[in-house]
Amino acid sequence: MSNPSLTQGFVVKQAGMLGLIQDGGRFGAFNLGLTNGGPVDLLAFQWANRLCGNTLNATAIEISMGGLILIAQVDTTIAVTGANMPLTINGEVKSLWRSYHVKSGDVIDLGFATQGLRCYISVADGFIITPSFGSTATVCRESIGGLNGGKLLVGDLLACVSSSRAKNFLLADKLVPVYSNEVTLHTILSYQQHHFSSCQKRLFFSNEYTVSKSFDRMGYRLEGQAITCDIEGVLSEGICHGAVQIPSDGQPIILLNDRQTIGGYPKIGAVFSIDTAKLGQLNQGGKVRFEPISMEQAHNLFHLNLSRFNRTELVVCD
Amino acid sequence: MLHNLNIQLAGENALIIYFSEQGSGQVNANISAKVQQAEQLIRKAMEQELAEDIIDLVPSYASLMVIFNMVTTDHYFILRKLRKLLKNIDQHSIEQVSTHEANIVELPVYYSNESGPDLSVIAKRAQLTIEQVIKLHQAQEYRVYAIGFAPGFAYLGKVDERIATPRLNTPRMKVPKGAVAIADRQTAIYPSISPGGWNIIGLCPINMFDAKANPTMPVNVGDRVKFKAISKNEFIALGGLLEVAYE
Repeated sequence: MSNPSLTQGFVVKQAGMLGLIQDGGRFGAFNLGLTNGGPVDLLAFQWANRLCGNTLNATAIEISMGGLILIAQVDTTIAVTGANMPLTINGEVKSLWRSYHVKSGDVIDLGFATQGLRCYISVADGFIITPSFGSTATVCRESIGGLNGGKLLVGDLLACVSSSRAKNFLLADKLVPVYSNEVTLHTILSYQQHHFSSCQKRLFFSNEYTVSKSFDRMGYRLEGQAITCDIEGVLSEGICHGAVQIPSDGQPIILLNDRQTIGGYPKIGAVFSIDTAKLGQLNQGGKVRFEPISMEQAHNLFHLNLSRFNRTELVVCD
Repeated sequence: MLHNLNIQLAGENALIIYFSEQGSGQVNANISAKVQQAEQLIRKAMEQELAEDIIDLVPSYASLMVIFNMVTTDHYFILRKLRKLLKNIDQHSIEQVSTHEANIVELPVYYSNESGPDLSVIAKRAQLTIEQVIKLHQAQEYRVYAIGFAPGFAYLGKVDERIATPRLNTPRMKVPKGAVAIADRQTAIYPSISPGGWNIIGLCPINMFDAKANPTMPVNVGDRVKFKAISKNEFIALGGLLEVAYE
């Protein structure tokens, strides 16, 4: 690397199942066919950045399942939020949802999640990654973002500056999200909803669905009561985050961060973003229910959550 | 004529404008031109008054999805703005629309059995010679209807009915970069190696998506595309690669 300040940071000693460099996501490149990427659990990602005193979109790592080991080469501050993954620093057990000072040579070990699926590791001032199309978000399917458009590999250097924070912070226990195996997904009826009869909508909203084995950052395929509509498809059109596709087998697919930008399956609605974050923490076998929500309710809930997030003060812990 | 502006909810921060009857399934150049026109009007507003409020647009065959910023605005405001911005869209004359569309891109293609393994299948199915298939593919001026599926994948229409061919029963695991292919009445160039079920008729040496180039893509939605046959030598001289595996 040409910039000498970028030759230090954290080295990946063990890559884990799926470690991805992510910022808040890529916006403004839909016309090139590029999707958003970004953290599936936006809330946990933003907390990780706040704990490190960063801007909310600073580049962090999303680790799915777990198994990541990093070696620090600099003195700095880190925080881990999200799923319950056992965290140790130099073998010492540490809790998530708080920041820690680390120094050069420290070993940060993230085991496998016992509850939830994805964790976020942030570092003071964020990892320094060259953005592609305005974002560092990694979308493997597109080979865009991150270090080389792919997941973290052993030996990768995650550059960052040496920039320790004066104090460490934690998020009060009662505010830490609880990752459950059962999630209610508030859903706005939208798109082709008129092609689903009221009876089909009632079935959709009154049955429990199970996360199938096909789930990833692109989308979650569910299994349960089949839903039918009176069309087979539409001319390919823009797919928003959280859109619920109903293909001809009637099994819903909820589209997430790495979804394709356009598609032609009928869509009954879209899941509210705060709930897609919870969905993204589910594994195969997780249970979901849909609950209808109006656009106005979604808007109000979004702002209530935003206001709560902004007003919450972190606790100084040392 | 656009009789009514049909704007539907998509998601908590997204509205979708339909320019034709939903589900009508018709790929239509006039409707596509309306989408393009609307996109241009909104992008202009995004440089000024709506810079904070609209995050992104997804143009497609007959619709335009508008993603807005929930922190600064709401769907009522965006709906009102869209109706105001697009209320005169009908009154723009067709001539005006066509001047906007003047961008015609010529793309070279090396058509052959070695670069287009499905040429003979298409010819046989259409009861034409391979030469006739190649000629018909070049005869059309195509329109870029949508970009999606993969970065830089441009859906072009419409292919001459005589050589329109359904997708392969079993998609290939690996289609080479630059593969020029047909699916029904659409044609496209695979911008990178990927799985794919379209019928491959040739290879294009032009990079359809280059993250480091400006512009990233040689075409935009609404542009016109013409294909021009080139020889194997010309293909190689333009940087084309033939050592590709079809799996």
